Amino acid sequence: MRPYVREKKDFSFSEVPENTSFEAGYLTTVNSGWRSIRPVINGVKCVGCEQCYLYCPDGVISIKDGKAAIDYDFCKGCGICAKICKIKAIEMEAERK
Amino acid sequence: MANKVADSISREEFFYGHKACAGCGGSLAVRAALKVLGPNAVSVLPAGCMSAVGFNFPQLCFSNNSIISTFAGTASMLTGVEAGLRARGYKDFTAVGFAGDGGTADIGIQALSGAIDRNDNIIYICYDNEAYMNTGIQKSGLTPFGAKTTTTPAGSNIHGNIRPKKNMFEIAAAHDIPYAATASVGYLPDFIAKVQKASQIQGTKYIHVIAPCPTGWGVAPDATVDIAKEVVDCGLWYLAEYENGTFKLNHKPKEFTDVSAYLKKQGRFRHLTDEDIQIITASRDKKWEFIKKNFEL
Repeated sequence: MRPYVREKKDFSFSEVPENTSFEAGYLTTVNSGWRSIRPVINGVKCVGCEQCYLYCPDGVISIKDGKAAIDYDFCKGCGICAKICKIKAIEMEAERK
Repeated sequence: MANKVADSISREEFFYGHKACAGCGGSLAVRAALKVLGPNAVSVLPAGCMSAVGFNFPQLCFSNNSIISTFAGTASMLTGVEAGLRARGYKDFTAVGFAGDGGTADIGIQALSGAIDRNDNIIYICYDNEAYMNTGIQKSGLTPFGAKTTTTPAGSNIHGNIRPKKNMFEIAAAHDIPYAATASVGYLPDFIAKVQKASQIQGTKYIHVIAPCPTGWGVAPDATVDIAKEVVDCGLWYLAEYENGTFKLNHKPKEFTDVSAYLKKQGRFRHLTDEDIQIITASRDKKWEFIKKNFEL
């Protein structure tokens, strides 16, 4: 479970906090523009062993209905999940526009 | 198919949407540790990669309470956080620090030493990517022998860093700390178990986790976990614990894999000659002799 992305808004001067503290887990942008390749999960092969979920540096993989699911908003396409997957259920594909 | 390790930690993400490079080992260590410690962890981060990628106002990626400390003051700020929360009557919390290798072994060592001396009830996690990666790969006290950084360039005369890696784990243990451990993000279940164990122990806890940096090490982003595993398998790093005055080795490779294969995979070591690799192999063998003599196997 991840924090939700807020509607992006420009901060007016009066809204910028005067002290150095602010709300935790406050997301305004996604990271998806970083990818040149994207992991694609083979739903037939995937057994839901959760290795990719454990080793993802960005935590974008969750398990839905016993299969791995990727949050493409925040996946950076590093490919660790595809390498860690012993049964090769994740493949890296070129990012299409 | 159940995964015992995944079931033992929180399903929530506490470090999400950060701007770390793709395949960052440090962010994997921070994410895993926070999933062990849960929402009541209060994290302290000095200047370094994890604070630079985690706090880009208004994108604030820590879902637990977190604060940026001075570069030298990770441990002293942890002391203050722990004392302050305790004074206000909070009981169910963990003060945890995430500092890089420079922030631990060079700049923050005095504050860390002081905190261990006072035996404050904190967890200090050093994610070791073996150079000052955030500022553009400068040599730190934990950069290994032979590594090329921007301040230890590889020339025809001097082949990268001329000094060996400081042994922070044994430096922490020499304070007679209640708990110290080494780990690697390549062996994540071991790291998770050590953070779990540390959270149950009263007093200062120090965990030193190897966290490869694809940018600084010159490896592909998808090689982070493999290279973190290989550094343990080839014997240049070891998984151990220090508790009640004794060292204990947690993982003993039956046979070491080839050191030169590990080194040649990385851009920072590619310039090394056979002689340099001989020196590295010899220092590894010496270290393992010491381990066999002084560690519980």
